[in-house]
Amino acid sequence: MGYVAIKGGGQAIDETKKVFDYLRTRQSDTALPLDSNIIENQLRLLHSRVISEGGVYHPRLASLAIKQSQGDTLEAAFALRAYRSTQPRLLETPVHDTSNMRITRRISSAFKDISGGQMLGATTDYHLRLMRMDLLDESPEKFRAIAKQWLENTSVEHIPDTFPKVLESLRAEGLLPPIENNQVEVNQTQKNTAEAEPFDITREPLVFPVPRSAALATMARGEQGSLLAIAYSNMRGYGDVHPTVAELRVGYLPVFLPHPITGELTEIGEVEITECEVVAMYEEHSDESPQNKVHSNMNKTKPTFTLGYGACFGHNEVKAISMAILDRALQKGMADGPANPSEDPEFVLLHVDGIDSMGFCTHYKMPHYVTFQSDMDRLRATQQKSNPKE
Amino acid sequence: MSTAYPFGFLDEYAKKEVRRTTLKAVAIPGYQVPYSSREMPMGRGFGTGGLQLTLALIGEGETLKVIDQGSDDSVNAVSLRSFIEMTCVGINTTTKTEEADLIQSRHRIPEKVLREDQLLILQVPYPDPLVVVEPSEDKRKTLHGEADYSRLLVKLYEDIVKFDEITISHRYPTRINSHYVIDSSPIPRWDVPKLHQSSALILFGAGREKKIYAVPPYTKAEPLAFEDVPFRVENFTDSIGQRRSCQRCNCTSSFLDEFIDSTTGEKVYQCSDTDWCDTQQSLNRSTQAATDSENVSKIGEIAHG
Repeated sequence: MGYVAIKGGGQAIDETKKVFDYLRTRQSDTALPLDSNIIENQLRLLHSRVISEGGVYHPRLASLAIKQSQGDTLEAAFALRAYRSTQPRLLETPVHDTSNMRITRRISSAFKDISGGQMLGATTDYHLRLMRMDLLDESPEKFRAIAKQWLENTSVEHIPDTFPKVLESLRAEGLLPPIENNQVEVNQTQKNTAEAEPFDITREPLVFPVPRSAALATMARGEQGSLLAIAYSNMRGYGDVHPTVAELRVGYLPVFLPHPITGELTEIGEVEITECEVVAMYEEHSDESPQNKVHSNMNKTKPTFTLGYGACFGHNEVKAISMAILDRALQKGMADGPANPSEDPEFVLLHVDGIDSMGFCTHYKMPHYVTFQSDMDRLRATQQKSNPKE
Repeated sequence: MSTAYPFGFLDEYAKKEVRRTTLKAVAIPGYQVPYSSREMPMGRGFGTGGLQLTLALIGEGETLKVIDQGSDDSVNAVSLRSFIEMTCVGINTTTKTEEADLIQSRHRIPEKVLREDQLLILQVPYPDPLVVVEPSEDKRKTLHGEADYSRLLVKLYEDIVKFDEITISHRYPTRINSHYVIDSSPIPRWDVPKLHQSSALILFGAGREKKIYAVPPYTKAEPLAFEDVPFRVENFTDSIGQRRSCQRCNCTSSFLDEFIDSTTGEKVYQCSDTDWCDTQQSLNRSTQAATDSENVSKIGEIAHG
């Protein structure tokens, strides 16, 4: 007897660790442990998702996180994030130009003919989702032959190093606002105009209203399902972004940092990213909007399309598109006030983080004896008053 | 395993930020100071706010007590304590309230009155008492700034109209230093009076919501109430109006946990604060022993006399 429900916690926790690890290894005598290269390659998209939600580009640790969490994306991203807390921020990267990306896939649903061409790359978009029974018993020989054959049959000679951005052609035609104007728009949403530097969500809390850079950073490491659900609400009618994907590109972006001695920008490696730009229908700026009040003289230009931007680590197309749609919705909400949840920065940005939401959801499994005792006290008191005869 | 991590797990910049935020929180009693709040290797909601405070404030040679639901041995307290021990080499831990320099707690304030040289760190799931009447943080900030708690008072009033009782059981809104109203964290109403004029500094850490706030020592802490409907703590009297006692230590002045005895099926009560309960028990034993030995010597006197 004694504190029945809560005593002996330490030992119980140790045992949960053991049985959790047993389940990972129980398969059979001939089972092999998962190799981190296998995870990175054969579970490529799972790996992408974890690296993006974990918010730190560390492919090896992302594989380890997947392995130790036994494939739970939220748990794996969580472990990466916690690792990140032990690391200081040493440097800030300059703004990177994604037209320098080494592309593995890029498409546009706005134009058939885009400069450089549509490059479908690796996608399941047009696959029939039929079960591939032949993969059930795949021999190592057959498996290796696939890669070999593909490399032999693919010529790399006529693939250009980089591709121009689709948006540039739209901008050239005057269908999009020029970049300078965009910059002004970004600055407007920041209370402090002098502070044009991007907001670092890992070093500053979100105190609303927040600049667009804070929103983009929050969504870039947001949980894919959460972003998708809120973006989908906008697509279905709780909002009216009606996006067109001007360009979706996947590939490797070279990363530059200032050289510690010379200060010269030096390439230090590359990160795989997915980037999406959506174009939305133009809006006639209502004169009541706070932005127009301030800048009515500066902004008296002809109407143009509006933009939404999404980008994240790894190959995560659904996430990048959802983020771009939400960016558009949030910009509208920041300018005119939110008309639905997807346009409300507080609603979107405080609820899309997987680490936060899964943690809080999980915490309900912890004991709440004291608060529940308190709840019962209130209920009994009210019950007694509503039923005075007893 | 632990050597891969710096003292206190967090990098030094993060700890510095927590300390500076804490100073601001102490300077503005009850004000929720935003801070960046790092991800910890345990779930958001498991005390990451309290944990960051502990890790940033504890130093070598200091003694820590970690409790959850009043108990040092509950699963989460065990897990937090072993993590802090692993990453803060050179600290001591204790289960005794009076031995601790820092006490990290979830849902309870120890029954034993704390001293000036002690620090209580409470884990907070919802830092803002206004969230029940206003979902937008931006709007809540204005309300706090203007000390406009009218909607909260209306909620209490509506409770009385509907139920003839204030139905808030825990997280009782409490006004600090006559301005900011805080969410007192999920401590029961029983513990709220302990915030008032406390000798120890009390810090509140909300990791997921990224806020730190404080009730500095010797500060006014007044639970919201009305002149004619006073604030009341949990009632532990039985049907004939007698104060229930702990079935283990017989204490009649502590917050009690109620549960069903698995063997007899009866409803029984025990102190929620395990250290308090153990202390009362050993006090009982020593008084019992004293009376016993007194009796023995009396018997001896009689026998020899």
